[in-house]
Amino acid sequence: MISALIGLPLFGAALLLLGGRRTNAWGHYFAVAMSTSAFVIGVTQFLALLSKPAEERNINAHLFDWISVGSFTVPFGLHLDQLSVVFVLLITGVGSLIHVYSIGYMAHDENRRRFFGYLNLFVAAMLLLVLADNYLLLYVGWEGVGLASYLLISFYQHKPSAAAAGKKAFVVNRVGDVGLSVAIMLMFVTFKDVTFGGVSEHAQHASGHSLTLIGLALLLAACGKSAQFPLQSWLLDAMEGPTPVSALIHAATMVTAGVYLITRAHAIFDLSETARTAVVVIGAITLLLGAFIGTAKDDIKKGLAGSTMSQIGYMILAAGLGPVGYVFAIFHLLTHGMFKAGLFLGAGSVMHGMEDDVNMRNYGALRGAMKITYITFGLGFLAIIGVPPFAGFWSKDEIIHAAFSQNLVVGLATLLGAGVTAFYMTRMMAMTFFGESRWKKGVHPHESPLVMTAPMIILAVGSVFGGLALKFLGNIELWLEPVVGVAAPKDPASNAVLIPVTLTVVLVGAGYGWLKYAKTPVPSVAPENVSLLTRAARADAYGDALNEAVFMRPGQYLTRALVWFDTRAVDGLVGGLSATVGGLSARLRRTQNGLVRSYALTMLGGAVLIALVLLLVRL
Amino acid sequence: MNPNNYLVLAGILFTIGAFGVLVRRNAIIVFMSVEMMLNAANLAFVAASHITGTLDGQVAAFFVMTVAAAEVVVGLAIIVVIFRTRRSASIDEASLLKY
Repeated sequence: MISALIGLPLFGAALLLLGGRRTNAWGHYFAVAMSTSAFVIGVTQFLALLSKPAEERNINAHLFDWISVGSFTVPFGLHLDQLSVVFVLLITGVGSLIHVYSIGYMAHDENRRRFFGYLNLFVAAMLLLVLADNYLLLYVGWEGVGLASYLLISFYQHKPSAAAAGKKAFVVNRVGDVGLSVAIMLMFVTFKDVTFGGVSEHAQHASGHSLTLIGLALLLAACGKSAQFPLQSWLLDAMEGPTPVSALIHAATMVTAGVYLITRAHAIFDLSETARTAVVVIGAITLLLGAFIGTAKDDIKKGLAGSTMSQIGYMILAAGLGPVGYVFAIFHLLTHGMFKAGLFLGAGSVMHGMEDDVNMRNYGALRGAMKITYITFGLGFLAIIGVPPFAGFWSKDEIIHAAFSQNLVVGLATLLGAGVTAFYMTRMMAMTFFGESRWKKGVHPHESPLVMTAPMIILAVGSVFGGLALKFLGNIELWLEPVVGVAAPKDPASNAVLIPVTLTVVLVGAGYGWLKYAKTPVPSVAPENVSLLTRAARADAYGDALNEAVFMRPGQYLTRALVWFDTRAVDGLVGGLSATVGGLSARLRRTQNGLVRSYALTMLGGAVLIALVLLLVRL
Repeated sequence: MNPNNYLVLAGILFTIGAFGVLVRRNAIIVFMSVEMMLNAANLAFVAASHITGTLDGQVAAFFVMTVAAAEVVVGLAIIVVIFRTRRSASIDEASLLKY
């Protein structure tokens, strides 16, 4: 049954991509059907798990032995437990909504069938990633989502910027993938096993040193896929893809695969303090960096992309806190999946009404023209900045609380991040929906069709009630306990202090944003004379410049030096040798002048020489 | 009579023949000079045979004569063909086979 979960979207992708133009007319409906039926199966599996006692809640499906070499076997096995099932529901649920939304959003695109084929491919690969029962099979899904992401980022392939962005995402992800493959190799060497269960079991007896190495390699993998510092630069460019793709892949699901990986490998991180510290540091840096970039972007999608980086930073940080944080990393991942997908779909709806303009400086006062988009985006906004009782409050507050319980500096970083989040989201909200209208001539903003607004409304409902439902109705801490272990109890008294403090910080951030972008008019051209910090944020904190200076330029110089060495030294040696021989032979050839008498003279000379030598030797 | 004189004569004849080969352009003359060199060698063989009192040198001389006869046949045929095609028997002009 759970293999059908992957099989259906995969079949949809194969049919749409191989079927060609014959499937143009009904392909998108078919893709939606495949995705929703996967969701239905996911729900039935969830209910099946729910009906079992807590410690028996897992379903295994051994399809076949994938690799079998001597005593080492890798099964092609699927494993559904409490952790994977929440991912399955998020992927298929949000995925199906975005499939539906895309029917409207991509209605006028001539390559719509191809788009839906790729979307189904993505869903299948992502499900394989979360359902695999060993790291090697997870790697297959990991690469699959990377491929789907590449194909969808560069979907508008006629635009050079989109093609370049796809390539960039692919290349940066390769760096992370090297980390994952190194981790798997290390697991094989250390444990002789790559299944989740086997690794967790053997990790207890392994040396701390090798566990740290595996943990750091896994962190590198997570950094690549989840756009964490220092591999964050691809995510902002990934916004070149169609907006539904940004919502599904680059906000709700794929980029959270790194969080899943770290949580899944918690047995390793639990035992390695160093690896955990590295994870926390990376998470803290990224959450501040992403928020910082988000404050200066005029492109609505890039602003949201910076925000995604920042929110995933929260999750990674929480996962790095150890047993106290895993649950809340997943909790925030789920709520973020809902409200961020909703925000992206809202941004897509705004773009749809504004003739695909992404510059917020050309928006303003859209709350009248797009009522549904305004309300759903607004609810997502309240969720992300963490206003109670919206979804983001519950998960983010838990992370901030957990961070303070571990380390004051980390806690302050999460608190500051919450304030900056409130600022840039208010800025985005104010620039888009409030203030004066700065629309370009000939643009007539209008609300999107129902097929687009319905998913937005559903996600907005999720943004409002998702946190409450997961915390109180679903009791996510108890639900995930068998997989990630018991969440260490925190001091409830400190939370009573923290919540007001956090809310004050959020209020200050939001208030400053409101004063600056709603109460004062926003110039329709980005001001030039701005502070150095703003410049840095506009340039993605110089991430590209850094990569260029540290990796690209030295790489170019290295290749140039190698090419020079090859042409001058290697080719020079070989070419010089042949030129010497050739030149000598050309000269030697001149003795073959065709005159019989000169040959005769040579012969005579030779004979005389031989005779002389013979005589001399005899004497 | 001192047999060494024969050897000296053979040397003189050989030198004259070699000189003729190197200096003359007419193919027939060059050919004759080659014959003179061969016969000088024959004379040396026979003289050496006489000096050592064995027959080896005389046998060698017969071989040389036989080979020379065969060589004359081939050589003259080539010269005639060259003359027919080029209307000239100069060996310097027949120098196409070169670098």
